[in-house]
Amino acid sequence: MTLAGFGGPDVARRLPCPALPVAALAFSVLLASGAAAQTLIPPAPASGLTWSDAPNDAGRSVFLTWRASPDDSSSPARVTGYYIERAETPGGPWALVDSTSRGVTTKEDPTVRRDTDYFYRIAAYGPGGRTEALSITGPVRATSQWMNQTRWSVLVFMVVFFGFVLYYMASAQSGRKPFVRRIAGIDAIEEAIGRATELGRPVLYVPGIQDIDQMETVAGLVILENVAKMTARYETPVRVPVSYPIPFTIAEEMVKSGYLHAGKPDQYDPSSVTFISPEQFAFVAAITGIILRDRPGAHIFMGSFYAESLLLAETGFSTGAIQVAGTAQVAQLPFFVVACDYTLIGEELYAASAYLSGEPKLVGGLKGADMLKVCIIAAILIGCVLETLNIHGFTAWMNTQ
Amino acid sequence: MKREVPLFITAAIGLFMILSFFVPHQVVSVPSDFLQQTAVILVAFGYVLGGANVLKINFDGIYKRKPGWAYKLVLVISLLVTVIVGLAEGRTWQDPHSMSIWIYDHLYAPMNATMFSLLAFFIASAAFRAFRIRTFEAGLLAAAALIVMLGRVPVGDLLTSWLPHGLQLGTIQQWIMDNPQNAAKRAIIMGAAMGVMATGLRVILGIERSYLSGED
Repeated sequence: MTLAGFGGPDVARRLPCPALPVAALAFSVLLASGAAAQTLIPPAPASGLTWSDAPNDAGRSVFLTWRASPDDSSSPARVTGYYIERAETPGGPWALVDSTSRGVTTKEDPTVRRDTDYFYRIAAYGPGGRTEALSITGPVRATSQWMNQTRWSVLVFMVVFFGFVLYYMASAQSGRKPFVRRIAGIDAIEEAIGRATELGRPVLYVPGIQDIDQMETVAGLVILENVAKMTARYETPVRVPVSYPIPFTIAEEMVKSGYLHAGKPDQYDPSSVTFISPEQFAFVAAITGIILRDRPGAHIFMGSFYAESLLLAETGFSTGAIQVAGTAQVAQLPFFVVACDYTLIGEELYAASAYLSGEPKLVGGLKGADMLKVCIIAAILIGCVLETLNIHGFTAWMNTQ
Repeated sequence: MKREVPLFITAAIGLFMILSFFVPHQVVSVPSDFLQQTAVILVAFGYVLGGANVLKINFDGIYKRKPGWAYKLVLVISLLVTVIVGLAEGRTWQDPHSMSIWIYDHLYAPMNATMFSLLAFFIASAAFRAFRIRTFEAGLLAAAALIVMLGRVPVGDLLTSWLPHGLQLGTIQQWIMDNPQNAAKRAIIMGAAMGVMATGLRVILGIERSYLSGED
């Protein structure tokens, strides 16, 4: 049935205008379906799939590279992306392991088992369907390596550092104790505890807000023992709120040890160390509560801090207590510098336990760290000179992954 | 033996973990991964100790009617309600209409945001003290801060757009951030990294052993 025949010739004559758009619509639908038929052709296959074992790992991944389908950049797009399929035999069964978008021709497969043979194939897919590559690649085998080749420089520096530290520790023990400059922030700890004693108020000690896997927390806990010794000597109570359970148990030991070494184990208060919460702002709320309710005479913040540093230090400042802080978190140092009376910056935090105890072995370790600094400065200068001379071997050797 | 055994375990595991940084082979990486997973499990048990301490300290405070005991009561009730609700809901706690999610969305999140937003006021009061020019160094700090703050907002560019590129606030602030600021920051980070290594070595070698117990 034609449009004209639908209502007879008279109808077509009476309605010439509506009939024309309908015909145009039908024509455009025909055109569109023709275009659709053109884009529904499956893309040309990808080719040249190669593999390499991921270096410096435990045989847990392989890298795959291929050449894109010739239709990869066609317009309209005939390639949407690529499927990466894997099998344990060349004949399959094939399992999809990953996919990429078009334009991407490399992929890492981190799901392999070490020392197992695999076969890979790449399939390009698009609106018109999918096309497997003409060839498969394999056998692909991921193996583990004995040494991460990019970390030789770290190993060398570490061995040199350990050598220096052990040498200077032995040297200090034999009576040649190295000079340690005065660190005002650490000296101020005793002054702060003395002031709290004069005021008859407790000392607040916060060993950071991180778990024990952060070395700053370890440093903060080591200093705590020395602080506990002082508070025991001055017979001033110490309050230690802790944010994580493992540092909490260690902090209990540290405070107990401090009182024991000060010869006053009977003064140790088991409730002086309290577990609060690993939640950052719950921890802050608890400590600011302690600061405002108990009004400690001295606040000592030693460890790893984040946004809470300013909340704690400013609240403490408002009470007029003497405040000593120490952290290696560079972004938080300005806040502590502004709001505290004394601040230990970066490495001073780690030097504090050696400085406070004065033990030759610990002080020797500081000298070892200084010597490594000299080596690093020398390495930086050598690197600058070599790069200026367009020699890149040294900087490439220092680059780790 | 009370001290020697923990010191030996610390040294052996510490050195093994250092080794795992350099040796990716499965002989090392598999036990290393196992040890790290074990640490996570140990931490989970630690929470039991922590929770017990929270209840002990706060029950004691409530019983003896210590100052602020009402806050302790709120804390204990909140803790117990959250734990009981979580246990009762089991795996359905992630359901969008669960009580646990309600507690999170309507109590925890607003309280967290309240504490965090206090930072804005504390930054203002701290900045007021930091930028008081009392010495030459404080003057330099204030000048650098002014340039960086102005140079990072559109009005800074607008104010100096008529100057040559090298003298515009945006260019100067970028130079301050890339050179003096970055150099100081890296120096602190490198010093701290060596402190980390030295402290780690002291713990591994048993020189720093105060974490074990108070008895020698």
